[in-house]
Amino acid sequence: MRANTWAGRNKVEVRDVPDPKILNHRDAIVRITSTAICGSDLHLVDGYVPTMQDGDVLGHEFMGEVLEVGPGVDPGRLRAGDRVVVPFPIACGACAACAVNLYSCCENSNPNAGIAEKMFGHPVAGIFGYSHLTGGFAGGQAQYARVPFADVGPIKIESDLTDEQVLFLSDILPTGYMGAEMCDISSSDVVAVWGAGPVGQFAMDSARLLGAAKVIAIDKEPYRLELAERAGHIPVNFEEVDVRSRLLELTGGRGPDKCIDAVGLEATHGSAHIAAYDRVKQAVRSETDRPHALRQAIMSCRSGGVVSVIGVYGGLLDKFPAGAWMNRSLTLRTGQCHVQRYMEPLLRRIERGELDPTRIITHTLPLEEAARGFELFKNKEDNCEKVVLKP
Amino acid sequence: MTCSVSPAAERTKQEEVRRQGRRLGWLSLGLGLAQLAAPHTVRRISGVDDSATSRAVVPAVGVRELVHAAGLLAGRRKGIWAWTRVAGDAMDLTALGVALAHRGGSRRRRLAGVTGAVAGITVLDLLTAVQATRADHTGSARAARGAEKGDSVELTAATTIRKPAPDVFAFWRDLENLPAFMAHLEQVRTTGDRTSHWTASAPFGKDVEWDAEIIEETAGERIAWRSIGKATVPNAGTVWFTPAPDGESTEVNVVLVYEIPGGAVGKAVAKYFGEEPHQQLDDDLRRLKQVLETGEVVRSDGAPWGKRARKEFPQRPAQPLSDAELEKGPDA
Repeated sequence: MRANTWAGRNKVEVRDVPDPKILNHRDAIVRITSTAICGSDLHLVDGYVPTMQDGDVLGHEFMGEVLEVGPGVDPGRLRAGDRVVVPFPIACGACAACAVNLYSCCENSNPNAGIAEKMFGHPVAGIFGYSHLTGGFAGGQAQYARVPFADVGPIKIESDLTDEQVLFLSDILPTGYMGAEMCDISSSDVVAVWGAGPVGQFAMDSARLLGAAKVIAIDKEPYRLELAERAGHIPVNFEEVDVRSRLLELTGGRGPDKCIDAVGLEATHGSAHIAAYDRVKQAVRSETDRPHALRQAIMSCRSGGVVSVIGVYGGLLDKFPAGAWMNRSLTLRTGQCHVQRYMEPLLRRIERGELDPTRIITHTLPLEEAARGFELFKNKEDNCEKVVLKP
Repeated sequence: MTCSVSPAAERTKQEEVRRQGRRLGWLSLGLGLAQLAAPHTVRRISGVDDSATSRAVVPAVGVRELVHAAGLLAGRRKGIWAWTRVAGDAMDLTALGVALAHRGGSRRRRLAGVTGAVAGITVLDLLTAVQATRADHTGSARAARGAEKGDSVELTAATTIRKPAPDVFAFWRDLENLPAFMAHLEQVRTTGDRTSHWTASAPFGKDVEWDAEIIEETAGERIAWRSIGKATVPNAGTVWFTPAPDGESTEVNVVLVYEIPGGAVGKAVAKYFGEEPHQQLDDDLRRLKQVLETGEVVRSDGAPWGKRARKEFPQRPAQPLSDAELEKGPDA
């Protein structure tokens, strides 16, 4: 089959690889009809996530048709012919983490738990196409994929919703939603979201859905801010205005009650010398992550507020404002999204028209043009917000 | 999780190398202090008191000597620090060579004397560096990590499995199940109520076999066993099954002890356990958990070989297996 693979730093390549086959009893093989490029794929391609290897099949946002299921899959749950969206964390459904819906912390799905343990103290779940640290599973930017624990993860789509309407249930819609949910939003809350990329946009939509009084979008790309503004959110361009002053203005001097970091480890900074400082530290590996967004979210948040982190961090960071965090009673909440927990309720919200995931799609390309898709998305060319690939 | 490996002979050798490193450290300290405290005397003895450059060079070399001294006296990796001394010697000999070429008479004689002394020290540094590097490779890291308990390896590991203690106990008590998750075991065959015959893949390319007996057993709580007869690597183990606080899971604690024989076999065994022997037992327990909670050992494309995954990274790329690879099965 054809698959988009990691071919070294800053290089992806669509290559011929073997077709996937059943390896474990509860596997399914899925013929992929739609897949997407995620912001976190850029961290892999930019070389910030260790344990990538030449030839690794990328992609963790995909959906398609079940071709075959292993002998351990209950046909009542899943059978050939079913149309499914596959969540990016692989979860067994049986361990203590899965039992309390912490699917992205599944204790059994990562065969490379030993590597993850060294990096993170305790292991994390397996993830499709997302380094060997998270299991070394082939990803979904391909014609076919093997889906382990197929009786736990994939959600069946039985209505006539289009691929574009449901594809993002695999990652970014639940991730954005979880970012908002972790904020425990009340009707008087002003919610500020750092990053108006795909996950940030969905965090904003979710915050409004959960009843926020006001939602603020912080970014530097005018087209991304316009996209947020069209959806009813208040844009703040950190290259044009001082974020702190603007947030104080917008909140009567209080600061946002809830802050969401939808940026993660490759943040840019309005102030060139601070951006350069972290860029250099990252380049010489004296910190692995550039945490401008997180720092600013913590410093901006109202005392007693919540800082919800859904942007991806990989390792260590520097100048963490622990004083602000501790002395002002801030709550820091975070996690890789426990997608399985949100797929069903969010599917219902899409069906009811409460969420329109298609609003962020700017490019649809054949799988063969994956490399161009990565370029467009990474360099924010042609107003690129989200690339969907068709195998 | 803890572990310890420490063959006695290796330890003596390492101690000798460490002593030698410390001696060089004291030498560096003395030289460095002299060059900083009395640079002019040092310059005169060396015959370079006529040069303006030497006024800057001698104290600089003194500072460098203090760095060597700190590393050799306080650092754990004597090997690396001994090599910094060798590099320093090379610099000194070069500088002395240049100085020699430009001088005659009594200065030249003094310089020649100092050069000879430095050359002698260089030989000593080089010998120490080579020995220390060898010692580092064979085990200082291991010795530094765990408590030393003679010529045995003790491994401990723990996991929590979401099954009741009697179930986990029963699975383990059927010793024939052990090879399903323990990397080094090929087969365990029950030969009696408490006796069994074990086959393990060995570091020397062929299997080793031994008999074992269960020496203590409390239903649902604990099993202890040991090898009997003439085992190549005498070993013993104990596993405890304790109900976890959540009321539904079981905490599994394992201790394994291997008596490492001397000579080539011992070396091969130590190498087999590698730098991080505890990692193997950790992974064994992870697979036990997978088998009991999900029914089998989980395979990914990058790590498809189940318990045979020897190497953490690099692995095979995360792309589907070829037909030839697939035919090998999960334990290829």
